[in-house]
Amino acid sequence: MLALESVSYRYAGALRPSLHDISLELRDGEVLGLVGASESGKTTLCLVASGLAPRTVGGTLGGRLLLDGADAAPLAIHHLAGRVGIAFASPATQLSGVAGTVYEEVAFGPMNLGLPLPEVIARTDGALASLRIEALADRDPARLSGGQQQLVAIAGLLALAPAHLILDEPTAQLDPAGTAMVAEALARLAAEGASILVAEHKTDLLAGICARVALLDAGRVVLDGPAGEVLSDPRLPELGVAAPAAARLRRSARAAQLTGDALARLDGALA
Amino acid sequence: MILGGIAGPAALVVAAVLAPAAVAGVLGRLLRASLLLTVPIALSVLAINVFFFPGGATVLLRIGPFAATAEGLSFATEVLARIGAISGAITLFYLTTPPAALVLDLERRGVSPRVTFVALASVQTVPAMVERAVTITAAQRARGLDTEGSIWRRVRGVLPLAGPVLLGSIGEVEERSMALEARGFTRPGRRTLLWSPPDSGRQRLARWLLVLSVPLLVAARAAGWLEWMT
Repeated sequence: MLALESVSYRYAGALRPSLHDISLELRDGEVLGLVGASESGKTTLCLVASGLAPRTVGGTLGGRLLLDGADAAPLAIHHLAGRVGIAFASPATQLSGVAGTVYEEVAFGPMNLGLPLPEVIARTDGALASLRIEALADRDPARLSGGQQQLVAIAGLLALAPAHLILDEPTAQLDPAGTAMVAEALARLAAEGASILVAEHKTDLLAGICARVALLDAGRVVLDGPAGEVLSDPRLPELGVAAPAAARLRRSARAAQLTGDALARLDGALA
Repeated sequence: MILGGIAGPAALVVAAVLAPAAVAGVLGRLLRASLLLTVPIALSVLAINVFFFPGGATVLLRIGPFAATAEGLSFATEVLARIGAISGAITLFYLTTPPAALVLDLERRGVSPRVTFVALASVQTVPAMVERAVTITAAQRARGLDTEGSIWRRVRGVLPLAGPVLLGSIGEVEERSMALEARGFTRPGRRTLLWSPPDSGRQRLARWLLVLSVPLLVAARAAGWLEWMT
């Protein structure tokens, strides 16, 4: 389990904290969606949850990050690498820049951890297969499209086999097919016991894969509950979050006073 | 330089550059690249030494106030042979050694992964920077930046192009370093290497012969056994 306990965070040089007194639990096998308007603190929360803030980013952290019940503060960043993985929105900056092929790129993390070669190979093969990008194995990562690079970056993360995954807008550059592939891989990882935090603007994606969703506003968690409830909350638009298409359609149907059989059929089709 | 004269460097070019290049199947590319690299230097070396060699007495021809001398020509050919040997060796190395293989082999031999990362990332970054520059050039031109015409116009166009290229690259550094840290890059100790460049017995023998030849040639030169070459 990954938990944030009364976490506040202020970037170095910033006058105000970006996160205020946040307590969140990410249970094993759970996919937690994180939504919020731009600059609501989603990326900062991802950095704190991954342990990169304040270790790499600097700044001041209040509260605690707990990994499986233990305070993560004493752990060096390379010790966190095999336990918490993080992927960012921009694929270009997540590639190592030194791998000549996608295979080497995906293997980069396990190689850094000094794992035995057969395990590096097994993990790399497994990560490529789980995103169905084996065909890209011999390609130069720098010559791929943005969407393909994002899949490679996520595969690199999966190859580390972390128990906790933090994904900051992982499908920002993916087409619908790529998005579906990532969603499928995340659902499979969660079924295998990984805990996953996904910060996303695509609420349709979150509605499909998350059991729980938290909504951030100005660095505070203002909604936290089952995905169906949070994503159909009428306050979403004023909090800068677009509701999933299904929720909007249901609301429109009710506003148009669609009732009885017709509403039941619509609900059935959207379910 | 140890060999002196023209025969030594020329023999070196044939034995250590052209013959291996032919075996590696890169002779044509090597000759083209070497010529492109050395022709501008060679022309200036030739002109300066042939016409302005100090102490040149044997005049071959006169062009106005300038006299081409045999001594200058001899010295110029000697320098050109050395330049040919150096540029040929560097070009052969570039054409036959992928940077990734070199860096991997260095790491296998104990060089720090951070050092090899910096070396390889510097090489690999160049195409990405060029691609970014092309994109930014297109974007700036679409916004009316004039990058064609007189030299002055082109110079004025450099700043709006170089600024975003450099600042964009610098801006990416933080996220890139975070991504590397998250992938265990800063872990102390040795990394697992996926593969090693092939290193046959003949390659090892050739390397040792080259290394041993240096003190032998220095000794031979000091003993005066190579005077016939000059």
